[in-house]
Amino acid sequence: MAKVLILIDHASGKVAKTAGELATFAKRAGDCVGLILAPEGQSQALSEQLANTVIGQVIAVESNDFAKHGQGCILDAITQVVEKVKPDAILIPSTSAGKEIAGRLAIRLNSGVITDAIDFTSDLSATQSVFGGSFTVSSKVSAGIPVITIRPSAIEAEVGSSAPAFEKVDVLISEKGKLVTITDSKPAVKGGRPELTEAKVVISGGRGTNGDFKPVEALADLLGAAVGASRAATDAGWYPHTHQVGQTGKTVSPQLYLACGISGAIQHRAGMQTSKTIVAINKDPEAPIFDVADFGVVGDLFAVLPQAGQAISAKRA
Amino acid sequence: MKIAICVKQVPDSWAEKKMVDGLLDRASVDAVLNDLDEYAIEEALRIIEPLNAEGATHSITLISMGPERASEAIRKGLSMGADEAILISDPALSGSDALTTSKVLAKVISDGGFDLVFCGTESTDARMSVIPAMLAERLGWAQLTFAGSVKVDPSSSRVEIARMSESGVEVMSASLPCVVSVIEKINEPRYPSFKGIMAAKKKTIAIKSLSDIGISPSEVGISGAWSAVLDAKARPPRDKGIKIEDSGEGGLRLAEFLQEKRLV
Repeated sequence: MAKVLILIDHASGKVAKTAGELATFAKRAGDCVGLILAPEGQSQALSEQLANTVIGQVIAVESNDFAKHGQGCILDAITQVVEKVKPDAILIPSTSAGKEIAGRLAIRLNSGVITDAIDFTSDLSATQSVFGGSFTVSSKVSAGIPVITIRPSAIEAEVGSSAPAFEKVDVLISEKGKLVTITDSKPAVKGGRPELTEAKVVISGGRGTNGDFKPVEALADLLGAAVGASRAATDAGWYPHTHQVGQTGKTVSPQLYLACGISGAIQHRAGMQTSKTIVAINKDPEAPIFDVADFGVVGDLFAVLPQAGQAISAKRA
Repeated sequence: MKIAICVKQVPDSWAEKKMVDGLLDRASVDAVLNDLDEYAIEEALRIIEPLNAEGATHSITLISMGPERASEAIRKGLSMGADEAILISDPALSGSDALTTSKVLAKVISDGGFDLVFCGTESTDARMSVIPAMLAERLGWAQLTFAGSVKVDPSSSRVEIARMSESGVEVMSASLPCVVSVIEKINEPRYPSFKGIMAAKKKTIAIKSLSDIGISPSEVGISGAWSAVLDAKARPPRDKGIKIEDSGEGGLRLAEFLQEKRLV
């Protein structure tokens, strides 16, 4: 039976949604071992949040150095846990830091690495969607222990029924692991809205908003959606850069993507065209976004969005 | 300081892409300097220009791996103001993955006596954004990546950045040598001036083979790749959707569509 080690992401004392997703993929290949790297005294509480996942066993390493020195220490810890657990594959959430850790870990383990996978199968191969979703590539690591990062929301997490076994282990952190000193850390402000890459529904605004994102945000709140923006909108300073969807921003593939006043340049489409259903609202009937839209409205978003919102609320009432 | 900036020639992101035998067909598309690398060049220039104006002699070398025609893309970086360039070009490197690329770049960096490396966060073709971290790992240097701002203090040899990612903002610092990657929010890259373009024509691009840098061809390329593509297929085109004109009821029709599809 294969053993798959997954890295449990967490922030501000809460386990990320990716933990259950990675566990679901890991289960396809065999037993899932979750790795928690946490500040002193916090791993047990984090582990308890994993009771509804299919993780069978949790290994926890506690050290305040993780927050103080970042990835160098994290890598030291993971490498030592890998030596102990001897997994057949390692799955890591495909976040900015997750991909960096995976890349460095692959070098340490003399292994191959695959990033941004959208699927993982029992034979330890992974599927990626590349060039903005225009190609699907399935690959397999041919040397060492496969290190694979998995895109958030790639799968619906399977629900488990029992709390994982919990074990705390000690590791040695090298001087090399402490080259960087983190002096200040502000977690991303979590508004009422879900994280862009994790949301089931994303509503994005572009040039057509003229800087007024209110109708976009209003519908997003009604649908429990995340708000995205085109590069034109973030460059103009209308919306924070962290919300940019596209080639140089985030890649999203939600159940529903609503593009409002976005023309749909290839760079934007690269970040959203693997969404399950795409809806576009644009004044220009020739806008390329309509080529990928399942449903398009040629019209003014300032009229269409509030009307759609009212109709949806009325139906719910 | 001797600054190295890793740059890549990439297929124009506007171009249609094709795959042949599981690899991107690079010959069939126009190649340009990776957009995101321009931010790294700009940031490095902004750091050294005021220091050099006061008599310091900090230099910038562009380092790239790719076919010989990558020199066209590199020339753009030189016309922005970098001093010289090294291009590692060898037929054996075709099909190299990030592990190999980082190995080649790290070898050139460590042999070149550099103490600061700048990179863009990712290339617009592969989009893995792992090369800067891999370089830090291979070189054993500090990793200061996803920088939204960079401060370099040459007197204390300290570099401080604000790392900006989806998880928030972290202020972190390290001593030289280190690897810095910058996000596009950091600056607005300059357009090469006419003077810069003329000057770039006289700057050196040293083209080196694998044996020149002391790496064996068996360690790189497809034979040295750590993962193998099993299958690559074009995603089927999306079915043609419904498109309506809003004549006062566009919002209602949209709501109906979403309800029918059980999306709301």
